[in-house]
Amino acid sequence: MAAAPLLEVKSLKVSFRTEDGVVKAVDDVSFTIGEGEVVGIVGESGSGKSVSMLSVLRLITDPNARFEGEVLYKGRNLMSLSEKEMRAVRGAEIAMIFQDPMTSLNPVHKVGWQIEEQLRAHERLTGAEARDRAIELLRAVGIPRPELRVDDHPHQFSGGMRQRVMIAMALSCSPDLLIADEPTTALDVTIQAQILELLKNLRQEFGSAVALITHDLGVVADIADRVLVMYAGRIVEAGEKNAIFYDPQHPYTWALLGSIARLDRPKPRRLTAIRGQPPSLLRLPEGCSFGPRCPHRFSRCSEDPALVDKVGGGHLDACHLPVDEKRRRREPAVHPEQAGTA
Amino acid sequence: MSSDGEVLLAAENVKKYFPVRRGVVVQREVARVHAVDDVSFEIRRGETLGLVGESGCGKSTLGRCVVRLHDLTGGRIVFEGRDISRLSRRELRPLRRELQIVFQDPYASLNPRKRVGQIVGAPLRIHGLGDRGEIKRRVQELLEQVGLSPEHYNRFPHEFSGGQRQRIGVARALALSPKLIVADEPVSALDVSIQAQVLNLLEDLQEGFGLTYLFVAHDLGVVRQVSDRIAVMYLGKIVEVSPAEELYTRPIHPYTEALLSAVPIPDPVETVSRKRIVLTGDVPSAIEPPSGCRFHPRCRYATEICSTVEPPLVSYGGGHLAACHHPLNVESDTRTPGS
Repeated sequence: MAAAPLLEVKSLKVSFRTEDGVVKAVDDVSFTIGEGEVVGIVGESGSGKSVSMLSVLRLITDPNARFEGEVLYKGRNLMSLSEKEMRAVRGAEIAMIFQDPMTSLNPVHKVGWQIEEQLRAHERLTGAEARDRAIELLRAVGIPRPELRVDDHPHQFSGGMRQRVMIAMALSCSPDLLIADEPTTALDVTIQAQILELLKNLRQEFGSAVALITHDLGVVADIADRVLVMYAGRIVEAGEKNAIFYDPQHPYTWALLGSIARLDRPKPRRLTAIRGQPPSLLRLPEGCSFGPRCPHRFSRCSEDPALVDKVGGGHLDACHLPVDEKRRRREPAVHPEQAGTA
Repeated sequence: MSSDGEVLLAAENVKKYFPVRRGVVVQREVARVHAVDDVSFEIRRGETLGLVGESGCGKSTLGRCVVRLHDLTGGRIVFEGRDISRLSRRELRPLRRELQIVFQDPYASLNPRKRVGQIVGAPLRIHGLGDRGEIKRRVQELLEQVGLSPEHYNRFPHEFSGGQRQRIGVARALALSPKLIVADEPVSALDVSIQAQVLNLLEDLQEGFGLTYLFVAHDLGVVRQVSDRIAVMYLGKIVEVSPAEELYTRPIHPYTEALLSAVPIPDPVETVSRKRIVLTGDVPSAIEPPSGCRFHPRCRYATEICSTVEPPLVSYGGGHLAACHHPLNVESDTRTPGS
């Protein structure tokens, strides 16, 4: 990616004033998303992955929220746009798919109407044109008999079908960036498989970049190009997908990979649980925020670790341990060659 | 695997239908949801039976039938040799000490107005097990057993994280030293790192107290981790029962095969190389389930017989049963009539 990235987030900080103090939901986060690139953003609840992407679209309207930093989209700082200019960006340039297809559609309107509404907000179309486009979009996301389904209400669709409608809406104006916030979390695995296939196909067809927020490393392994791992409001590791899975550098990433009950490995006698709880965002620990839960903690961990490239290839991590020490300590990672022959 | 242990609980031809009613004043029954439709299985003492399936397959309903939180439409639940499916509320009471349940949602299953001590101590008070001091000591002991601190006795549920709340739910289920615990999706509301903590806790408790679990979940990885045997449900029916590891290496029912292949694998290379079977369509309605084999409209091996004749659950040896006309991974001559 020699050219300027599609999206560049620089030192984004999002905090909320609450009765108990200031919650630092996103604490100095910087990353880029290239054109047509799929970036997986993983982390547990409260790690700031949703808040940071919602801030990109300026969808957080809480009066107690404070934002700092820059969000450059095609070189324009979205943070300094007026609300009217921002509305022209949302949907047309950057679209969003939400987690819960049950609650993110309006139950009192036909799904066709809801897609047309978005089309007409951004383009001058007649009623018939908008309807035709809506039908085409429903067809593109694999809804059978779209010319009939366009007149159905959301409750007449199953969960997987509703998520397809959401995706059709998001794609309606051919956005350059699609933010998908846990798009398959509410779905069953067989339906999830359908939606992931659909996202992969659409990505080739529409060429949109995708920011995929998820807690499921399996989903990331499937469709992401690059991965950001977030913990307690910060990015702790970022890099190409294979680097993250086969040469993870941050002990939190190791722990995350170790705590999944994996079907592709022999069953461990016990899962490696991460001890303790994620820290309160009101009172973050001194230094590395994973420190109190980290089995590899040592004296330097009381200093704030910077997110830097120590292994090369744009693979960033925020951990004080030297690289060779990390490779020695973590559980043997499977190398791609071995995985391929296994 | 404790496959030779004695049977603790047996479900025999269990049916649970929910009526669909129409009308404002006169409520007519217009249809029935066949949530659980003629299901039989056994749980042996000390083992964990995993019950997996997708949403709406009836696995939670079945779990609730087992502890009699639902009345059965048909069939029997036999616990320690005694039919408990027709017992009255009063007759059930002593049985509640033996059968407990842990619920899915740690946020909704704890009363927000009650303190932890009251929540965990409630079963003990209801059954009159000890005076105040004894109950308090027992509750504090339980809190320690589930990895919380005795000082948490006077706290409210909102002061705890999801994983800790689920520990409170587990402590409440343990209070009466039950023999069987139905764990209904106990970790699906939790983050992965916390899931591992709770799963390890459940395994430790099983070892320590000789508990028997019916573990209901949709996550095949989680179920594999905890189960000795696994039953797969689809649309109100058990379609396959197998020793845990064998289900993953040698699935017999095409639905199991598709379900396994749909689980995302956190390995970028492997995820590309493996074959994924993407099922077409959605799960059909349980109000009018498909004729014959309920999976046939979505099955890639389906032939004519599948739409007309319902396949029985047939044994393939070694405790592996499946209900399919076109079983996978078997030689046809190993088939023997179902038990």
